[in-house]
Amino acid sequence: MQISDTTSQRILLPVRASTILGSFALALLANFLPWRDVALAPDFVALVLVFWCVRQPRLVGLGAGWLLGLLIDVGNGVLLGQHALVYSMLAFASITLSRRILWFPLWSQAMHVAALLLFAQGVAALVRLAAGAEFPGWSIAAGPLIGALLWPVITTLLLMPQRRPVEVDETRAI
Amino acid sequence: MEHTPPPFFNRGPAPLVRLAFFASLSFALLVLDARFHYTEGLRSVLAMAVYPLQTLATLPAALGERISEYFASQAQLREENAELRAKILSTSQAAQRFEAAQAEVSQLRRLIGASERLPVKSVPAEILYNGRDPYSRKVVIDKGSQNGVRAGSPVVDEAGVIGQVTRAYALVAEVTLLTDKDQAIPVQVVRNGLRAVAFGAGSSGMQELRFMASNAEIQNGDKLVTSGIDGTYPPGLPVATVARIERDAAYAFARIVCQPAAGVERGRYVLVIENEAREAQPPEETGAAIDKRPGKVRKPRRKDGEGSP
Repeated sequence: MQISDTTSQRILLPVRASTILGSFALALLANFLPWRDVALAPDFVALVLVFWCVRQPRLVGLGAGWLLGLLIDVGNGVLLGQHALVYSMLAFASITLSRRILWFPLWSQAMHVAALLLFAQGVAALVRLAAGAEFPGWSIAAGPLIGALLWPVITTLLLMPQRRPVEVDETRAI
Repeated sequence: MEHTPPPFFNRGPAPLVRLAFFASLSFALLVLDARFHYTEGLRSVLAMAVYPLQTLATLPAALGERISEYFASQAQLREENAELRAKILSTSQAAQRFEAAQAEVSQLRRLIGASERLPVKSVPAEILYNGRDPYSRKVVIDKGSQNGVRAGSPVVDEAGVIGQVTRAYALVAEVTLLTDKDQAIPVQVVRNGLRAVAFGAGSSGMQELRFMASNAEIQNGDKLVTSGIDGTYPPGLPVATVARIERDAAYAFARIVCQPAAGVERGRYVLVIENEAREAQPPEETGAAIDKRPGKVRKPRRKDGEGSP
């Protein structure tokens, strides 16, 4: 059976809001790290956003993406609204695909994520080219692909809090 | 009878409607920012919210550097010290000569009645990190508007101009490098005084002189310095060296590629020059305007002189 490969077979604990907020804070931190080569650095915020949109489409959606996008725009000093637009479109696409993605094993999920992240990078490139920037070369596709390779890692890490063993009450009668 | 779904199924507006809402909001912001620059207030507020995260992110690299500096070997330090001492000797000699020349120049300027050039103030700063935007060339420095850095100030290193402050936040500032596609700087050829404007050439790390006629008198190896016409850059700072000239009869303009003189894409310590001094005067102080000023200044004096006896 295909589902047996996936991680979705196990019943997970309900997600806590602190996990989601903490993961977004860590992703923002990772995005602001001084990377030597900007083109090769994966967009952690986009990756975590895709993760939560796929896993919890009712909790995390376009509004969260838009706000995160604004923070990234300010932190990176780019056009205000560029990442806001990109992340809200990314959140929409991931929510639309969320029912489909979770049926696949992790590496096939990563390929879906690669397509999503490349789409986001493409939208960003269109916005910047329309605003008059020059095309920086195809190396900008490297970041999303590296980000997609990180998908299994991110999935394992972010699902950890929901996989804690249920506390067994030893003194219970039954 | 009307049946409404129970609130359990209520999931708010449809996803497409939400997408349309947020996309139009983003487009509005984009247009306001790109065309009208109305969003600086919102930007500075959000910047304060992001600042702690940014400092936290640059902390590990800074710490690592501190530690590696601590363990630098004595031989290395001694070598560096000797090098720096030799450099100080040579530069102090140059500085003495410069001082003498400046005194002479100010004396001569006083003779012809031109306004004395005010001394240029500067703020030393350190580059924190490269901008995380592959579409532009920017760096972030560790001095902001609280240290007197303001948008528009030129930024130089020991070899020449590296860029211009484009946005000054409270504690950090964003510097657009000369190699950015949208960054222009007015220059002058040292050899013959020919004026031009150098634009960044983007990802190649070079600069271009645009709109120079194909018969313009310029050759490989020509040194370019700031002309100071714009009132932003002080005149005479080294900018670039002409590296390649392509003259094609099919085009009206020559294609002139220059290599920046300063370490635009490397180096860590920079100097932000305050252009406060020049702001006090009208921008047309250079060139022909200088000759007019003494006349203007003298006239009221003459009147005073006539009025007093």
